[in-house]
Amino acid sequence: MSHHVVEARGLGYVYPDGTPALADVSFRITHGEAVAVVGANGAGKSTLLLQLAGCLLPSSGEVRIGEVPVTAQTVARIRRSAGLVFQDPDDQLFMPTVAEDVAFGPLNAGLPPEEVERRVAGALERVGMSRIKDRPPYKLSAGEKRAAALATVLAMEPDVLVMDEPSSHLDPRGRRRLIEWLVSFAHTRIMATHDLELALEVCSRVIVMEGGAVVADGPIRDVLNDEKGMLAHGLERPHSLRHAHPH
Amino acid sequence: MHMADALVSPAVGGAMWVASAGLIAGCAGQVKRSARENVVPLMGVLGAFVFTAQMINFSIPGTGSSGHLGGGLILAVLLGPPAAFLVIASVLTVQALFFADGGLLALGCNIFNLGVYPAFIAYPFLYRPLAGDRRHSARVWAAAVMAAVAGLQLGAFSVVLETRASGISDLPFGTFVWLMQPIHLAIGLVEGLATAAVVTFVARARPESLYQSPAGSAVPGGGKPVLAGLLVAAALMGGILSWFASTHPDGLEWSIARTSGRAPVAEAKPWPAVSAETSGTGLKGGVLTLLLAGAIGLVLRWRR
Amino acid sequence: MNAGHWLEVDRLEELARLEAPAQRVDARVKAVVTLVFVVCVMSYSRYQVSALMPFFLYPIAMLARGRIPAGYLFRKILMAAPFALAVAVFNPFFDRAPMAALGPVTISGGWLSFASVMLRFLLTVGAALILVACTGMHRLCAGLESLGMPRVFAVQLLFLHRYLFVVAEEGGRMTRSLEMRGARLRALPGRVYGSLLGHLLMRALARADRVYRAMVARGFDGEIRLLRPTSLRGSDWGFLLGWTAFFVAARIWNLADLLGGLLSGGVS
Repeated sequence: MSHHVVEARGLGYVYPDGTPALADVSFRITHGEAVAVVGANGAGKSTLLLQLAGCLLPSSGEVRIGEVPVTAQTVARIRRSAGLVFQDPDDQLFMPTVAEDVAFGPLNAGLPPEEVERRVAGALERVGMSRIKDRPPYKLSAGEKRAAALATVLAMEPDVLVMDEPSSHLDPRGRRRLIEWLVSFAHTRIMATHDLELALEVCSRVIVMEGGAVVADGPIRDVLNDEKGMLAHGLERPHSLRHAHPH
Repeated sequence: MHMADALVSPAVGGAMWVASAGLIAGCAGQVKRSARENVVPLMGVLGAFVFTAQMINFSIPGTGSSGHLGGGLILAVLLGPPAAFLVIASVLTVQALFFADGGLLALGCNIFNLGVYPAFIAYPFLYRPLAGDRRHSARVWAAAVMAAVAGLQLGAFSVVLETRASGISDLPFGTFVWLMQPIHLAIGLVEGLATAAVVTFVARARPESLYQSPAGSAVPGGGKPVLAGLLVAAALMGGILSWFASTHPDGLEWSIARTSGRAPVAEAKPWPAVSAETSGTGLKGGVLTLLLAGAIGLVLRWRR
Repeated sequence: MNAGHWLEVDRLEELARLEAPAQRVDARVKAVVTLVFVVCVMSYSRYQVSALMPFFLYPIAMLARGRIPAGYLFRKILMAAPFALAVAVFNPFFDRAPMAALGPVTISGGWLSFASVMLRFLLTVGAALILVACTGMHRLCAGLESLGMPRVFAVQLLFLHRYLFVVAEEGGRMTRSLEMRGARLRALPGRVYGSLLGHLLMRALARADRVYRAMVARGFDGEIRLLRPTSLRGSDWGFLLGWTAFFVAARIWNLADLLGGLLSGGVS
């Protein structure tokens, strides 16, 4: 299933106003992997995610999703295979009702009405939100919003799930439920997060960023356990690793 | 300065509806063709911004009073005329529907008065040439104040004309003008200052978000003959229909009949009920009808 | 406007989601009936009072069939009253000719037209609020679009309505933090005001960028696809024809006067 592969080769990006955001980023993420992208604020995590989801095009180097390079010509196809879940669900839920919001992507893809309906029902079912389908997004709790935002992306049936701070604004129970979903998905999962405990539970691999570059990339427990390295990159060693056995 | 339904005759309200609807259709077409890609969410969010900005007041130096942003001019500066007009129209529509500001019949008047002047007159003909591209200087302040004042003066005068043409208010023309124009001079000053304060801030912090007129044309409103034509047509139609309405209002006929000494009760009745108010039956019937309507309501509620 | 208003917007939407007969009527039909209603009410001459009374049947029936609390609606209408009141209140001063007599009390034309203006205000503004309260923004926009409103404008209304809450909440948080630090919100100094609104605007612009990205990420191609309204049912046609016929009849014959005459005739 090569279309689940996500690869960056010498990826660089400079914002239109001249701010450099990414410099020479390279990695290869294979099918079904769950990868955390961590780093201090301003390290370039969000920009990297926008690149991986086809929202921005590289200034230099390239991004390949399923062995297809992201270019102006392929970007529409890329966006269908890589689903991006935004940090603030309010940015993602803009339609009048949850069901319509979940239908937004499938309708844009030009799917027939029955298929759209099936996808909407399936995605809402998957996150246990079928009961809120006719509610307007602004009437939802933070956890429900997060679930609805996830459903809008699942309805696109993407191969790769890209998530920006999936656990922000969630209470402990909402966070726990999110972790259960993330573990259960078979997609390739890439998430930028400050929640290192969540990363430890969900991901097997971590990419550490600083100043727009990758400074560490490896098995999550090894990288996060390196106290000196973590502090040097503006992070800290997760609490659970201090008291648990290293492996 | 929202017009209210209760002061607008159907002829005036209808004419302004047609004019505003035509402009909305024209602008919608323009926005659809425009190259600015994120315009859909941008317009929605900026509409919400104007709504919110209207709740925040600032003090006017040396007067002890306060004012707030109206929004038309700042939207034109950020979005350009067609998109700005659509946003103003949407804000007024939501105000009419959710806040009972104005009402449905007067909506056409309100969209015209508060949308057309800032977006299609004050911004392209005053603000752009005066402010130029030097967005930090005192010119921005002067341009914003002049454009806002001009836009609001025109709008206020339209309110007077429309009310007059509708013939529902008895306020004499001169008195009404003297009431409306000075008030809106003050409001315009405030609007201009508030607009300039925000524009200069954005020009420093995020200059790329200010609207660039297409191809940097120096001619204000250049390259938009369709819209200009539509605007003239709308204004003409509004004017002619308003004039027609003002020469034939029921109220005017009535007062002529009264001054000519004919007793209204004995008059042949073009609208039956004009005379009904003068007899007891009208009032009695009115109260009775209301009671009946209330009773029907109770029955409907009960057999839900 | 204060923060209380926002909850009220919410309340109208909440009412629109009730499962009641008035809510089930097709949005297009309700929009057209409301328009006919407003035009009929506004087409009366300025001294009309009694002939307006039958028109109260429509809002009263809709309140009842839509389970909309009358007191709540009335308060909303009152909040909007000042402008109509401000202009109409001059009528009694400029038009002092006696027009009607109620026993010993004569009523001038000015007072009559004042009463007429206020009644019409109550009816037309009430009808607009009722339309929203038993339809909701979402169905109303979809309905109006299928009646010919440009899609760009329908989408603009929906986006405005959606982000009203989000941006107003941001503005509320910012002003609250100012208030906590002792600022007088009724009148901020110019520099503070410019910076506050400037920041709010920057947030709004950044929000628009993020929303746009979220749309693009799900295949947005410049066209928003709204769900199509379903076709009209028999009851919708009944609603449309029934009310239109009633409004036209009430406009042609003064039903209140006829009723009053009937009663007087019966008594005497």
